Amino acid sequence: MDSVLDGDESLLAALRRREDTAFVALVRRHHSLMLRVAYAQLNDKSAAEEVVQETWLAVIKGIDAFEGRSTLRTWIFRILTYQASARLQRDGRLIPFSALASADAAAAEPSVDPSRFLSRDDRRLPFYWVSDPMQWPEDALLAAEVRSVVEGAVQQLPDGQRVVITLRDLEGWDPGEVCEALEISEGNQRVLLHRARSRVREILDEYLGGARP
Amino acid sequence: MTPPPLQITCKEFVELVTAYLDGVLPGHDRVRFESHSERCPGCRAYLSQFRQTIEALQSAPAETAEPENLGELARKFATKPRANPAL
Repeated sequence: MDSVLDGDESLLAALRRREDTAFVALVRRHHSLMLRVAYAQLNDKSAAEEVVQETWLAVIKGIDAFEGRSTLRTWIFRILTYQASARLQRDGRLIPFSALASADAAAAEPSVDPSRFLSRDDRRLPFYWVSDPMQWPEDALLAAEVRSVVEGAVQQLPDGQRVVITLRDLEGWDPGEVCEALEISEGNQRVLLHRARSRVREILDEYLGGARP
Repeated sequence: MTPPPLQITCKEFVELVTAYLDGVLPGHDRVRFESHSERCPGCRAYLSQFRQTIEALQSAPAETAEPENLGELARKFATKPRANPAL
């Protein structure tokens, strides 16, 4: 992570010199993620592809005006989010992603199935575990099979959660970058991330528990 | 002498894990979280499951893709006049 800014600077200098290899590298680095983010915002594959195209054109147009006040990728994804909400408006779908994300974050959804905890009336330990979570074997998560369970779990998440966990955990972005790129609050970002991780953990626990004799 | 921190329950503990790992729990909540974790084997196991989950997510391979018209975009880019040719 510490080299992000240095990497940005040399890349940016190459872009300002119009080195097409730098541009191609930039596109290859972000295109797939941009499609996934746009799809989560629009729920329409061809609209997502168009919005990503529009974003690349806007990047070409605006690259010399980029002032480095955010990271390059945050700037690109902000353009993407802007283009996606403009597209939603043009299509008469007036609910922007940021509103969906706050609605998702506001819904009450416990991180762990409440039946795993003792009831409020328990005399000794109300709201403590009925039975302790198990220790997962250290190397259990290295198996290729587990990898596809994790991928499947991420795919099943609601849009807002899926985008946030993809940027934070799969891509390693900082919380601030995610908020800026998606135009969501830091609190909502964290709630969505926590829900998403909790759900993936639950699915892994079922899988690892179920795989035991 | 500081008073002992108020305890949190396991049910509360599981809601605080991401905030704890992001380092944004206010001081007193962090103390409660950590002291609960020291006393509660169930929550210690839960926390380690949560960390393992994050590691598994982080090790997922990055997807790559490129637009069909990448060559055309690159040409458009390369022929755009430079704002400051001296750079």
